[in-house]
Amino acid sequence: MTDLTRLQDIASQVRRDIVRQVHYATCGHPGGSLGCADFLTALYFDIMDHDPSFNMEGKKEDVFFLSNGHISPLFYSVLAHAGYFETKELATFRKLNSRLQGHPATHEGLPGIRIASGSLGQGISVANGVALAKRMDGDDKHVFVLTGDGELQEGQIWEAAMFAAHHKLDNLIVTVDWNGQQIDGATKDVMSLGDLPTKWQSFGWDVLYMDGNNMEEVVNTLKEAKTRSGNGKPIAIMMKTEMGAGVDFMMGTHKWHGVAPNAEQTETALAQLKETLGDYPYPYEN
Amino acid sequence: MLENIVSTGKKSTRDGFGAGLHIVGQKHPNSVALCADLVGSLKMQAFINEFPDRFVQVGIAEANMMGIAAGLATAGKIPFTGTFANFSTGRVYDQIRQSIAYSHKNVKICASHAGLSLGEDGATHQILEDIGMMKMLPGMTVINPCDYNQTKAATIAIAEHDGPVYLRFGRPGWPVFTPEDYKFEIGKAYQLCEGTDVSIFATGHLVWNAVEAAKALALEGISCEIINIHTIKPLDEEAVLDSVSKTRCVVTAEEHQMNGGLGDSIAQLLARKMPTPIEFVAVNDSFGESGTPMELLEKYGLGSKDVAAAVKNVLKRKPVRV
Repeated sequence: MTDLTRLQDIASQVRRDIVRQVHYATCGHPGGSLGCADFLTALYFDIMDHDPSFNMEGKKEDVFFLSNGHISPLFYSVLAHAGYFETKELATFRKLNSRLQGHPATHEGLPGIRIASGSLGQGISVANGVALAKRMDGDDKHVFVLTGDGELQEGQIWEAAMFAAHHKLDNLIVTVDWNGQQIDGATKDVMSLGDLPTKWQSFGWDVLYMDGNNMEEVVNTLKEAKTRSGNGKPIAIMMKTEMGAGVDFMMGTHKWHGVAPNAEQTETALAQLKETLGDYPYPYEN
Repeated sequence: MLENIVSTGKKSTRDGFGAGLHIVGQKHPNSVALCADLVGSLKMQAFINEFPDRFVQVGIAEANMMGIAAGLATAGKIPFTGTFANFSTGRVYDQIRQSIAYSHKNVKICASHAGLSLGEDGATHQILEDIGMMKMLPGMTVINPCDYNQTKAATIAIAEHDGPVYLRFGRPGWPVFTPEDYKFEIGKAYQLCEGTDVSIFATGHLVWNAVEAAKALALEGISCEIINIHTIKPLDEEAVLDSVSKTRCVVTAEEHQMNGGLGDSIAQLLARKMPTPIEFVAVNDSFGESGTPMELLEKYGLGSKDVAAAVKNVLKRKPVRV
């Protein structure tokens, strides 16, 4: 049985970590990170069968790829709490000589990261490769991907979508962060995505929906996605989220896509987010 | 010995790749071949026939192919991507940069139809900038073999190398002159003949043109040392400096832009370690056009006669020993 309260507590701490990392670095991307906090918490603490001792190849375990790499503070916090590295390292986010680069990278050897991301549109292609390898190896575990919705404006996404359906990669589960926002404004104004679920369906994907800021729905939908795998179709989850979810003044706008809160704003934000697992200390001490 | 370097017939370097890939398939159960709708052009059929389950058809979607290759490598496979050199580099530079080079994935980017010698398809396909793009990427190994045998051997060798590799080869039938049992060593220059007057550092198809030039020059009493730099990165600095310390003048020859190519790498090394007169046989800031391979090599100054002329030019600038 899933302990929803535990997941919500972890997600609350993850949100605190996001705000604190971005504030301390004085830059970063809090909006999308906060919006996807429930999803990534559920994935790493309830859905995926994964090993925090970390092996790059990820054989016989579920693996995750973050395609929209700018929401790295979320990824780092979840990985740290899941045991991939110590939470105190979160204080090095975006600092010189850190393993926690502005966008995720394998280059500095941070456990949990299997590919660099940041230049958008590449994550599903990489996941296609891992999904193929798992099939070749008779490995029945899953490959998960998160992409932004603005990211779907990249052509490579649709190359990858076509490929996954053609090759029947039914061990692949892609979640789209459907928050309707991107840097320059609402996606409908910047570059309309059209009828997104129908697009994925027409490419041959099995499409699910969820409210990405309702933990129970997130858990249930991800479980449903796993049970639907193995049926000849890759699975796409259209995940409605609120950019900035959990911090009232960051919600309902694209303005907090890539802006750090100042000290006062950070205090206001943290007052809205329960400290559950303990804040990591500033500054970092090895 | 120069006179012993003879052509045993013509075969394309892409055929060498196909033969090498087939052997890679047999030697490495974790090797995987990918292609973006150019199976025939890349000569991948022998691999596909024997290992259909380890071949991935990607369709006309090269960016996706590079990402898939990165994913396969992440999961422990040795992916070999196959498409034209143009679509293997410029079209997918960011995918290679982020998902392969920066992420240090063990992907072998195998690129056919490089340079002017692809011929009649014209400048859209005749990439002359690929060596430059690839050698600028940290950690990327860049290899441009000179004939069928060397391409086959290089293909087998890169499977055993851990890290991203760019392997560049071409379309036309070309003289085969390296030994059939040639053992390819990544990063180890291959001396074809010793000489005393000038060092010719050549890569790819133009190694043969250097041989032809050296034979013509020998009749005039000019002694050329020909060194085949098949691995442009990492450059065999020791081999270059050893040769130049003896000859004290240099010609480089390649089917690539002068900017960013082999000549650049040699000149940069010599500028730092051993300033030396140098002439470049390369394309001079120009796109190609349609024509036969030989017509194009001649028109754009990459023929045997051009190599010989470059030797004579550089000899005029060679410092006199005091």
